[in-house]
Amino acid sequence: MEKTALYNFHKNLGAKFVAFAGYEMPIQYKDGIVKEHISTRQTAGFFDVSHMGQLFISGSKSLEQNLEKIIPLDFKEIKINQSKYSFLINDKGGVIDDLIITRVDGGFNIILNAACKDNDTKEIAKCLDSDSKYELKKDLSLLALQGPKSETILEAIIPGVKQLKFMNGDYFKFQGKKIYVTRSGYTGEDGFEISLSNTNAENFTKLLSNKGAKPIGLGARDTLRLEAGLCLYGHELNQDISPIQANLKWAISKRRREEGGFKGWENIQNDLKNGVSKIRVGIKPSGKIIAREGTKIFSSSGDEIGVITSGTFGPSVNAPVAMGYIQSKFSEIDNKILLEVRGKKHDAVVSKLPFYKKSYVK
Amino acid sequence: MSEKKFSKKHEWVSLDGDTATVGITKHATEMLGDIVFVEVPEPGKSVEKDSQAAVVESTKAASDVYSPISGEILEGNKSIVDDPGNVNSDPEGASWFFKIKVKDKSEFDTLMNKADYDKFCAENPS
Repeated sequence: MEKTALYNFHKNLGAKFVAFAGYEMPIQYKDGIVKEHISTRQTAGFFDVSHMGQLFISGSKSLEQNLEKIIPLDFKEIKINQSKYSFLINDKGGVIDDLIITRVDGGFNIILNAACKDNDTKEIAKCLDSDSKYELKKDLSLLALQGPKSETILEAIIPGVKQLKFMNGDYFKFQGKKIYVTRSGYTGEDGFEISLSNTNAENFTKLLSNKGAKPIGLGARDTLRLEAGLCLYGHELNQDISPIQANLKWAISKRRREEGGFKGWENIQNDLKNGVSKIRVGIKPSGKIIAREGTKIFSSSGDEIGVITSGTFGPSVNAPVAMGYIQSKFSEIDNKILLEVRGKKHDAVVSKLPFYKKSYVK
Repeated sequence: MSEKKFSKKHEWVSLDGDTATVGITKHATEMLGDIVFVEVPEPGKSVEKDSQAAVVESTKAASDVYSPISGEILEGNKSIVDDPGNVNSDPEGASWFFKIKVKDKSEFDTLMNKADYDKFCAENPS
């Protein structure tokens, strides 16, 4: 089991750990998931996401062309220091992983899910020329700072970060060392992700804590992203689900939706042209019942029409929330559906996403 | 009310005549974290010792609550259904789960006392 550079720091804060993607990660701290969730929405929270992959790619003139084979973005559109959400696509048009890619000096930085990062690196390497270089950085930590007070807190430590716009980044200096900061996140709040050397991680995190940011574990990270309607790989996304089924058509660049030229294009083109038989939707149980992953979805006439992929109690919505896949003809907002929990069917409705309104700085 | 007795599945029971009150222990709530959903049994339902009788859910997961004693359900605690967070604040007091008309009082004697339960928890950390 691997540990991040902040393991002892978490331990001293009273973290409870879980095994996640081969790492011992904090699921919660002393405050517990609900309070951590609320702290993030009301002030600011910091998250150790160093288990995620940070893949740096540099290389030849054909680098962008090669990456376009497996990532359905228009690379010409990505400006220096701009970040984009996208995927690695397999031959069937399924999602190998979802990712954030940022153009940096001399190449790209790609943030990958922890459980997928080694396989992702192999899949990307297959598309590259021999003169391209790639490295999954083990010497870097990754921290997320999320919530309405994030800007004030981070600006006090790293002057200049408040100039960043959402989904943009830049290099800054911290204690004489170069760090990379992007304005992004996974909670539906304004916030930043900070990539810095393992040796600096603890000092930096202590400053965030001193300035009033609270430590937030993976438990609240999940309730926050679910309220924000964001996908979690392995739940809403996998190798058998296309981005179109996942209702993420927007994340495929316009030119690529028209021209294709990436893996799985035939299937994705078909999804775009003819529509999909099942689609990801938000689901709100009418009562207090929580529909967990695997819960079967039925139409009001009793036919099985889908399955829940994530479900929990949303502390800011103050109600249960879920996402799942249902047959497209039932996917209209406010459509009445039934959820089978512990052998009984419970009323629910198809809901617009996000459940909780975002407040990104554009 | 009798002294409380405890089960290995982290329920507590107290006895008043042939009426038992059942809840989950403070230790259980600490393991579960924030409780966000509770389902209690309907009056009249008969339950066997160690059978599933109620449900408690945290933000993380759903767990079954077992009855440590056999009998017929008299009442479920509506206040924890309406406000599940109450289970975290007073698990061994006002936030009991259900009351049960006990069939066989000798079952009560097979449960652990407070000292034995604390020892059991210390020896079986989650």
